[in-house]
Amino acid sequence: MSWTKGDEEEYWNSSKFKAFTFDDEDDELSQLKESKQAVNSLRDFVDDDDDDEDLERVSWSGEPVGSISWSIRETAGNSGSTHEGREQLKSRNSFSSYAQLPKPTSTYSLSSFFRGRTRPGSFQFLSDALSDTPAKSYAPELGRPKGEYRDYSNDWSPSDTVRRLRKGKICSLERFRSLQDKLQLLEEAVSMHDGNVITAVLIFLKRTLSKEILFRELEVRQVALRHLIHFLKEIGDQKLLLDLFRFLDRTEELALSHYQEHLNIQDPEKRKEFLKTCIGLPFSAEDSAHVQDHYTLLERQIIIEANDRHLELAGQTEIFRKHPRKASILNMPLVTTLFYSCFYHYTEAEGTFSSPINLKKTFKIPDKQYVLTALAARAKLRAWHDVDALFTTKNWLGYTKKRAPIGFHRVVEILHKNSAPVQILQEYVNLVEDVDTKLNLATKFKCHDVVIDTCRDLKDRQQLLAYRSKVDKGSAEEEKIDAILSSSQIRWKN
Amino acid sequence: MAAHLSYGRVNLNVLREAVRRELREFLDKCAGSKAIVWDEYLTGPFGLIAQYSLLKEHEVEKMFTLKGSRLPAADVKNIIFFVRPRLELMDIIAENVLSEDRRGPARDFHLLFVPRRSLLCEQRLKDLGVLGSFIHREEYSLDLIPFDGDLLSMESEGAFKECYLEGDQTSLYHAAKGLMTLQALYGTIPQIFGKGECARQVANMMIRMKREFTGSQNSIFPVFDNLLLLDRNVDLLTPLATQLTYEGLIDEIYGIQNKLHQLLCHQQFMRACWVFQGNINCIGLAGAEVGEERHNAKTVGEIKQFVSQLPHMQAARGSLANHTSIAELIKDVTTSEDFFDKLTVEQEFMSGIDTDKVNNYIEDCIAQKHPLIKVLRLVCLQSVCNSGLKQKVLDYYKREILQTYGYEHILTLHNLEKAGLLRPQTGGRNNYPTIRKTLRLWMDDVNEQNPTDISYVYSGYAPLSVRLAQLLSRPGWRSIEEVLRILPGPHFEERQPLPTGLQKKRQPGENRVTLIFFLGGVTFAEIAALRFLSQLEDGGTEYVIATTKLMNGSSWIEALMEKPC
Repeated sequence: MSWTKGDEEEYWNSSKFKAFTFDDEDDELSQLKESKQAVNSLRDFVDDDDDDEDLERVSWSGEPVGSISWSIRETAGNSGSTHEGREQLKSRNSFSSYAQLPKPTSTYSLSSFFRGRTRPGSFQFLSDALSDTPAKSYAPELGRPKGEYRDYSNDWSPSDTVRRLRKGKICSLERFRSLQDKLQLLEEAVSMHDGNVITAVLIFLKRTLSKEILFRELEVRQVALRHLIHFLKEIGDQKLLLDLFRFLDRTEELALSHYQEHLNIQDPEKRKEFLKTCIGLPFSAEDSAHVQDHYTLLERQIIIEANDRHLELAGQTEIFRKHPRKASILNMPLVTTLFYSCFYHYTEAEGTFSSPINLKKTFKIPDKQYVLTALAARAKLRAWHDVDALFTTKNWLGYTKKRAPIGFHRVVEILHKNSAPVQILQEYVNLVEDVDTKLNLATKFKCHDVVIDTCRDLKDRQQLLAYRSKVDKGSAEEEKIDAILSSSQIRWKN
Repeated sequence: MAAHLSYGRVNLNVLREAVRRELREFLDKCAGSKAIVWDEYLTGPFGLIAQYSLLKEHEVEKMFTLKGSRLPAADVKNIIFFVRPRLELMDIIAENVLSEDRRGPARDFHLLFVPRRSLLCEQRLKDLGVLGSFIHREEYSLDLIPFDGDLLSMESEGAFKECYLEGDQTSLYHAAKGLMTLQALYGTIPQIFGKGECARQVANMMIRMKREFTGSQNSIFPVFDNLLLLDRNVDLLTPLATQLTYEGLIDEIYGIQNKLHQLLCHQQFMRACWVFQGNINCIGLAGAEVGEERHNAKTVGEIKQFVSQLPHMQAARGSLANHTSIAELIKDVTTSEDFFDKLTVEQEFMSGIDTDKVNNYIEDCIAQKHPLIKVLRLVCLQSVCNSGLKQKVLDYYKREILQTYGYEHILTLHNLEKAGLLRPQTGGRNNYPTIRKTLRLWMDDVNEQNPTDISYVYSGYAPLSVRLAQLLSRPGWRSIEEVLRILPGPHFEERQPLPTGLQKKRQPGENRVTLIFFLGGVTFAEIAALRFLSQLEDGGTEYVIATTKLMNGSSWIEALMEKPC
């Protein structure tokens, strides 16, 4: 779960959760604010840091004022009238009291650790002085030392070359011509663990070696091999990747990798054709069945979609007129498709592709799953008769009996979610076997009769008394409770 | 100075200063007015390093987010791209550069890779014909970003997937480099402990890098006594469970963005007044206390006193209000029935109950089409707590998931299996009970208000990773050899000898400082548990935490899901 932009804004803007800003005019604090400004201006002289606040200024959007994402919005919004924009920015940012004085250079510099060079302390002064003057009058070429930097020196060993690559210098690998040199280069790169360099060398090898040799050599160099696979995935060189898996005899990866491609195909017809090519690939037995189902499902969906779009446009079918489709059924999961079919095609004969029973059989949907989905769909349409039929079974003597593979408590909850009337709810609450659950559900969904009857059956006078206060004054329920309470037939347990 | 970084045992401002310095140096190289075009992902991490004021001082006049087609108009001399080394971003940059209006004033382009220059990306730029357009192409090695006084993160979102799925060690290389930087600033760390395949790799890289720097002997007195490197796949369980600490819950429910986290961690006084470091079950209590004075005059009085001591009283008041309302919002979620049901199931799994059969609650979640990530988290949790699921159970879950959420998730399920999160039980043996008992991962008597053990962060479950750290410091790993052998990957110890002048003589009662590095991510609950250990009076060890990514179970699973590329 995450906070969407809208939520966030609503959160900060709603009066209950007040974000902190400096605009907050609070009487008891205004004095303090003044003294704080005084303190801040003092700090300009004593503190050498530019954002010396140990508190965060928060704008109404909840982002700290002066934070980078805040400024992106601010400056981007002001593009065009630069001067005015800057002024505005300055005033908005007026509380940021960064120092105007030049800063002493810290003794710590990351670059000096890694590049082995230090900066003279005066440089900082110089650059500060530079930046105070209008930019255009200074030659920008000063900062152009190495545009396209290349090295063509020829006498570096593989290890020198790798070291240079690690430092981010581009150097030519072309001089490594023999296979042995190339492999030495690769081994050197692998031993450094720097993925960036390993990839660079692999690019070179991929370009200069035949596929067979590259594959053969990498097969015995697992680290480099994994990098190549990752690299091929990254650049989307599916063909070479599949060749590689084939060469390595990694059949399942080959199959999965091929299957993955369908995600990038938008056109349903083409996607279906592509999925067809996946059937029979060396997946595990389980996955094979799933991939086959995936194909069959999409094939089905295409047929249903074409048919239903036609029906909907024709405007002759009642269900589509009353409940226009919100989205196409293409590429929806199986259960969603089943729901759709229970919604629009419930009464169809088993022979049609769109009938729920057909789907159930084709995809071997378990009873539980089927009942849940059908129930949700029919309850949504308030087709209570269908709901009833769903749970009615006849035994061999012809007696009818209610049975629910998902448990009647679930049935009740789904019905309630679809705002079923109390009479319907009551009927199913009564079918819940466990008495406590029944009582809970009945109370929760205000099935008064069930609560009252259950209390009576439990001989629980106290609970019944307590419930009396929950029903409306003068209602039929109250009368019923009173009648039971005054009955002399019942031996109350409390 | 950023005060929130200097309260701990190790002053992380030193690191922040060093990276800021490097940023200034780069900006000054591009003389004249500038506009920065940001890879949006980077703005969060950068916000922790530098505010806009710093950039403005160095003539950054405009900032844009990286988007396709043309760059917005800006009357500046330099256009600088701040980007992660990712191929898809290179395509956008090329589009920007190519659609630049030739008739307008000439502008200089520069490219700053964060945290690493990538030859692959440069190759792509070359292929697109724009590589030559950049005057400066550099890298900004922002390997470890200081988040809090005891917390560093690389914020590398793909690290776990790369290491444990793709076998690409690039992020380990960055981790090793980040550790070298830390050692350059804070002295050589004399002892390195580790558990896991990746931990071993990082230690090897560090030793190798040190050998390459032999020219300059590090003469800084060591601040850290130990380094503990831990693979995330040694403890796959912890992130899957719902975090029950204050920060952890905010993360679970809203996802802590950098900004929000900043907001939270600035309020150190909050931490001092125990209330917000506590467990979920105390949060309602704490919220009420802060909000309504009458509940607990003492605590509120203490907070007030703290607030009055702060120079920026308004800010404190504002954040207090934020915390109270956040606590209220969290309470709404945590008191819901479904949250309770989910928690019950998680706790059953972690304490070893009914992990070997199909779980009713999970089944219901699928039937009601709860978010897929929630379902996967639970199924994975069950799998991990059972050392893999029985084939029949696994197949059942798989089928239900694929039928309900779509067949294309076959790919995601495979990724989870490859990462060891969701797999069939092999050898028919469940090792989890042994691990649980030996490491005392499940505690029945948890005192959430005055915790005595780290298990309070999950209301009973003590995070395995943190338990390993705790046992390492006392009595040492020798006592749990058997369990260490069950957990994946090697465990090891390395020493980095120090010259005699730098060897530390510890004062009696002085705590050791351990840097613990989670390779593959760490959760806020684990951080809370480590902070709890740091605060123990007789604990003997204080922790500084580093990681490749601050994460929770959901962001973790999401990173492993296969999406169209």
